[in-house]
Amino acid sequence: MTPLYRVVSAGDSAIVVEFEARIDPVVNARAIAIADAVQAAGVPGVRDVVPTYRSVAIYFDPLRTDLNALNGAIEQAAATADQTMPAARPPIRIPVCYGGEFGPDLPAVASYAGCSEDAVIQAHASAIYRVFMLGFVPGFAYLGIVDERIAMPRHAVPRVRVPARSVAIAGAQTGIYPGDTPGGWQLIGRTPVSPFDPDRPEPFLMKAGDAVQFYAIDRDEYDRSISRG
Amino acid sequence: MNTIAPSAVADIHVIKPGMLTTVQDLGRWGLQARGVPVAGPMDPWSHRLANALVGNDRAAAALEITLVGPELEFDDERLAAVAGAEFEMAVDDRPAPWNTAFLVPAGSRLRFRMRERGVRAYLAVAGGIAVPPVLGSRATHVVSGLGGLEGRPLKVGDRLPLADESSVQRPAPAVDRPVVPFPAGHAKVRVLPGPQGDYFAPDALDVLQSEPYVIAQNSDRMGFRLSGPALAHSRGADILSDATPLGVLQVPASGQPILLMADRPTAGGYPKIATVITADLALAGQLGPGDAIGFSVCTPRDAMAALIAQERFVMAVESWNQS
Repeated sequence: MTPLYRVVSAGDSAIVVEFEARIDPVVNARAIAIADAVQAAGVPGVRDVVPTYRSVAIYFDPLRTDLNALNGAIEQAAATADQTMPAARPPIRIPVCYGGEFGPDLPAVASYAGCSEDAVIQAHASAIYRVFMLGFVPGFAYLGIVDERIAMPRHAVPRVRVPARSVAIAGAQTGIYPGDTPGGWQLIGRTPVSPFDPDRPEPFLMKAGDAVQFYAIDRDEYDRSISRG
Repeated sequence: MNTIAPSAVADIHVIKPGMLTTVQDLGRWGLQARGVPVAGPMDPWSHRLANALVGNDRAAAALEITLVGPELEFDDERLAAVAGAEFEMAVDDRPAPWNTAFLVPAGSRLRFRMRERGVRAYLAVAGGIAVPPVLGSRATHVVSGLGGLEGRPLKVGDRLPLADESSVQRPAPAVDRPVVPFPAGHAKVRVLPGPQGDYFAPDALDVLQSEPYVIAQNSDRMGFRLSGPALAHSRGADILSDATPLGVLQVPASGQPILLMADRPTAGGYPKIATVITADLALAGQLGPGDAIGFSVCTPRDAMAALIAQERFVMAVESWNQS
């Protein structure tokens, strides 16, 4: 079934295509497909096209954009963008050193789930996650959907500083903190891989629509990866 | 350690940095889908005017100066211009004009003194500030440490590289007024309803317009936290995170709106009741903590008419560059 959508204005320089407000891979795939199609239409004056969980924001210069052309491109994208889920991409595999000093909340997640820490790691690393959107800070990807047994809610009071590359859970979402920031998610491990580095030829590890799978590494392997850069 | 761009031919030496002085160009557009905030000038109109006054392209990087201005020593002779907030300024001991290009001789110091009106001034220097672009832009985003000079505001002892002047066009003559008449501690800005008006009580738009809001002290380039009449939600204050345009009013559970400005994150999880029109960003960007801001709903036609009027004013100045 085609997800329902509406097109609304946000001021005089942005249009938002909104779908039903839920975390749903089908809705999200549709939003990303429309974003890609609007981007590809190349309407002059468009500055940015931003898909989220269930919407697409199109930013434009109001004096240099033909609104009829833009609305036409949006309608065209909504009508023709792939109605089905695109074929699964091979997952991006990301190593994680779980627990210990890198995962101070792993014991709490295990007790929340009523299982061992190893079982939490097993549950987190066995799933293939979808990148629903990026936001919060550059390169931060919202991944889901986390196995509901280990889907522990975020801390009531966020940490003032979460170390860069921490891997964390917040309810049905999981993600990697790109840099040292404040944050309330449950920290279960750390990866040697940076999700964002502006000096890399490809600054971003992930984009919306990607598939991601984590795998466990031990501390020695983590340290070797870090020293290799 | 400061990185000197290969094209740099001279520096500006920062003697005093001012309260919050950052390098800004038009912003880091095109990467919000990767979570990269846009940044750019708080008052994009005055930024553009300053560049036009010295004959720069509108995309050239300039300095955004906040409340207390810097003292800067120029290595070589350059044309400079200041638009936006009105400051008393001097080159060495001679007064320097506002909204008019002036020459800063090699070895001279440009000093910002008393601020008279507005909050943010834009200093453009012929050629532009030549810090290396990061992800396609020189705009400073302090929270993520991107762009500008090492991703931070200027500090004492910094050297700002200037680009050569080969691309500089004919400067414009003096302009006798700002882009919009400046607020003296308060302003009324026009908004268009939405994008999420249906998340609010039916009278919320009336409440928004009923009296001015005060900009709280913990407001910054990310957003203005407002205090005033509370806006009631109709179905909760949490939404699934979605995109956050410049000038949008998002409303958390407290009912006190937050006006999202240049350094806003790319997405947010609160409903958005209304959005400031592009023309009136020139006013909003000249307000600061303690100032009052009122809102009035207008039509898309009003928004476009205001935009065209302002565009004409700035384009008339820019047209000197090509003549």
